[in-house]
Amino acid sequence: MSAEFVQLSLTPILIGIFAAIACALPGNFLILRRQALIGDAISHVVLPGIVVAFLVTGTVAAIPMLIGAAFAAVVAVILIEAIKRLGGIEPGAAMGVVFTALFAGGVLLLEQSDTSSVHLDVEHALMGNLESLIWFGASGWESLFDPTALATLPPELPRIALVALIVSALTWLFWRPLTISTFDEGFAQALGIRAAALGFGLVIVAAVAAVAAFDAVGSIIVIAMFICPPAAARLMTNRLGHQIGWSVVFATLSAVLGYVLAGYGPLWFGAQDSVSAAGMIAAVSGLILGLTAVFGPCRARVGEGPVAS
Amino acid sequence: MSAIWQALTFQAGYNATLVTLGALLLGFAAGAVGSFMVLRKRALVSDAMAHATLPGVGIAFILMVALGGEGRNLAGLLAGSAITAGLGLLCVDWITRHTRLAKDAAIGAVLSVFFGLGVVILTLIQTMEGGRQAGLEGFLLGSTAGMLYADAMVIAGGGALAVLAVWLLRRPMTMVAFDAGFAQAMGINVRGVDLAMMVLVMGVTVIGLKIVGLILIVALLIIPAVTARFWTERAGAMLWIAGILGAVAGYLGAVLSTVAPAMPTGPIIVLIAAGLFLFSLLFAPLRGVAAALIRHQRFQARVHRRQGLLALARLEPIHDPLTLRTLRRAGLIRPDGVATDAGRAEAARAARDERRWDMARAAHQDTALTGRYDGLTPIDAVFTRDQIAGFDRLIGPPQEVRP
Amino acid sequence: MSAAITLAATAGQAIAPQPDPDAALSIRGLTVSYADKPAVFSVDASFAAGAMTAIVGPNGAGKSTLLKAALGVIPRLSGEVTVFGQPLAQARARIAYVPQRASVDWDFPTRVIDVVLMGMYRKLGLLGRVRIAHRDAARACLDRVGMADFATRQIGQLSGGQQQRVFLARALAQDADLYMLDEPFAGVDAATEAAIIGVLKSLRDEGRSVIAVHHDLATVADYFDRVLLLNVRRIAEGPIDTAFTPAALQSTYGGRLASAQIDQLKLGGA
Repeated sequence: MSAEFVQLSLTPILIGIFAAIACALPGNFLILRRQALIGDAISHVVLPGIVVAFLVTGTVAAIPMLIGAAFAAVVAVILIEAIKRLGGIEPGAAMGVVFTALFAGGVLLLEQSDTSSVHLDVEHALMGNLESLIWFGASGWESLFDPTALATLPPELPRIALVALIVSALTWLFWRPLTISTFDEGFAQALGIRAAALGFGLVIVAAVAAVAAFDAVGSIIVIAMFICPPAAARLMTNRLGHQIGWSVVFATLSAVLGYVLAGYGPLWFGAQDSVSAAGMIAAVSGLILGLTAVFGPCRARVGEGPVAS
Repeated sequence: MSAIWQALTFQAGYNATLVTLGALLLGFAAGAVGSFMVLRKRALVSDAMAHATLPGVGIAFILMVALGGEGRNLAGLLAGSAITAGLGLLCVDWITRHTRLAKDAAIGAVLSVFFGLGVVILTLIQTMEGGRQAGLEGFLLGSTAGMLYADAMVIAGGGALAVLAVWLLRRPMTMVAFDAGFAQAMGINVRGVDLAMMVLVMGVTVIGLKIVGLILIVALLIIPAVTARFWTERAGAMLWIAGILGAVAGYLGAVLSTVAPAMPTGPIIVLIAAGLFLFSLLFAPLRGVAAALIRHQRFQARVHRRQGLLALARLEPIHDPLTLRTLRRAGLIRPDGVATDAGRAEAARAARDERRWDMARAAHQDTALTGRYDGLTPIDAVFTRDQIAGFDRLIGPPQEVRP
Repeated sequence: MSAAITLAATAGQAIAPQPDPDAALSIRGLTVSYADKPAVFSVDASFAAGAMTAIVGPNGAGKSTLLKAALGVIPRLSGEVTVFGQPLAQARARIAYVPQRASVDWDFPTRVIDVVLMGMYRKLGLLGRVRIAHRDAARACLDRVGMADFATRQIGQLSGGQQQRVFLARALAQDADLYMLDEPFAGVDAATEAAIIGVLKSLRDEGRSVIAVHHDLATVADYFDRVLLLNVRRIAEGPIDTAFTPAALQSTYGGRLASAQIDQLKLGGA
């Protein structure tokens, strides 16, 4: 049993946890800035970014994908701003135009690439691939200390772990200016904080997290990871520091429970195969959000939101 | 080539014709309904609803199979999709109203969670059926290949109904979209119109599931509407321009996809709509990038010219390089920064205009006129010659600007 | 006086001032526009150090815009800004900004004491630890505005007046030489207004400078030493006695202020 667990389940669960945390951290600030839907936009636009990088380099390598995705995110943000200013269009609609068009382009390119030997699967792009990120060379818990076994670890694991680490470090490093500029942008600017650059940096970090998580949960479910754990955390506390903590807890819980329910749940009901782990993670995070929305201690709105100037 | 021509002229067979017709009608309805959503600032709510259709499709399939029927009955699937879409909308509303979370977080949460649930159900169905493809993935990105005649009828019929509904509701829709408060005061039931609109959005979404897929239907709702915004300032015109743009995208996209059946239809239609949008973004005379750039340049030049002239009149040194460049180019100063004769004349004129405005704002009681002062509008564009003469009597004779 | 200078003088306006190195804030030729319409046009203003100056004008006159553009919070089309003789970027440590309350999300998960500590960002930097000394200083600022008992309260639970005091405490925590406030008395109760003006006057008495966008003409003369009358352009500027006159007010407000209303106000000399 334990050998099977380490081989089949340990790495997917770990990847899921790191992906969830890497997304939840920036997600906290995105929802406070009322930019939750940038997460929606980013998770749609990383697809064409990744596809273009893949078509250009011919491989499914990590760095080109990251660059492609970051580039796509930058292009998207610029286009969204242009549409907002020039057309006087509300932010939601501006985002909608950009990310659906870019996503459609990505899907089309993806379909075109079907003929080549190495290709990305549309279904995986949408729903992720978590269940297949298994550790072939493992034979049990002792493999964690065995260098030859460790060499066969799926590369997605160290990748997402690194991204989660970087995102955590950046969050800790820029905690103060990020908090101040999210709370009161004008005041932050007067202090000399580069609020616009910070906001832009936040979006880029989110894009990087989305790309890293893309392998695990695909394009659309990443949105759940940006929004649901932080949103649930927001309903649990009135202090930002505690909110971040809760979001990490909820993210981890969603990843673990989601994977376990997807993998083992059907077996408990007598079915043969598992269901989508990514989908189940999203569903569990939604369930947690639902519970906090009904029972959370700080779920009620306390103060007035910002008046649009 | 002849295959495309056949498709374009509705000669490629019953199914292809119906699909093209359906896509055309769908595009029109989506464009018009979407304009309303964009004007009411609810564009992405429809994205949440569209993604929320997925679990409904799956559950409907399971139920129909369990009841011994053909799981892929389109009408049944669409009914299921409508139910969960409505549920999703209710959730967005509930979250926004009963928690401290903002609308955007609610939309994103519903969108992704419902979609995730739908994905779980889809994979469940896959295991149920064994190797058999339920074909439900076609609802994600659209697939018109191998569509049944009955399906095509549903789509064409639904599209026509949606267009009819938009036509019937066009007046209240336009009024509410333009100014909901005013419409309410005029006796229009704004809540009812909003509800009708959400039902129409749901209808368009559900009809569009087969052709464009749920991930991209929101594109058809938003892109033609935003495109139309670049061409007109009137809400009514926007609705119809958006409808036409959507219809064109639907028509061309369906045609192209019947000719290349392996490609998913949804992305093609969306990309055509996006192409139309890009063109409009750049070249629309009212709000396009090109027009805006030109307008901004002209405005900057006016501001700097005016500021420069006033500085000349006050004999102040000018530091700003753009101001100097503007004045030099207009021949108002020499390269060394000293005013030319023309420059001094213009400066005196600008100073006098400024002084007249000061007098106008001090003496004249009508704020509708004095409120038009913005530093650039010349006073003779606002007041009559007699009024200006009245101000002049209070100011005194014009003064020359002498270096 | 040469004929040319007489030209400007007969118009009843002062000649545009040279940049004043002794002024707390000096603005020259500031123009700001929204969507190709000027909101503030070619404004020259010199805010004296060690004084309390009000910026006054009708709605839409560009008062907040002027403040924000001077601070670099919004972009400007043209103009120079110097603070205590230095460019803005070098003098930021000496400025404290109190923005309008409405621009903030008061449901933000933060406590009163945390907001005040935000004011110490320049001292703390990215990673500096918040020590007892910092907390004591923050509490002292809260005490000065009468909010010491609210330190651990969540900000959404505060009333409008209390929120404004917290904003002021945050500014005090910056220990600045120039305080710039945007409508500090808007929507606050009388007790808060008295408390705030008390703090501002004590700042002035310490030799610091205060500039505030003020919406209530009736209290300008009582609260402030100097005034800038603004309506897209600079109308008048200077000590209350010379600048806050019926003629200047009439120019600023146009027909919006009936003569009777002006008579009611406490003004400077004619």
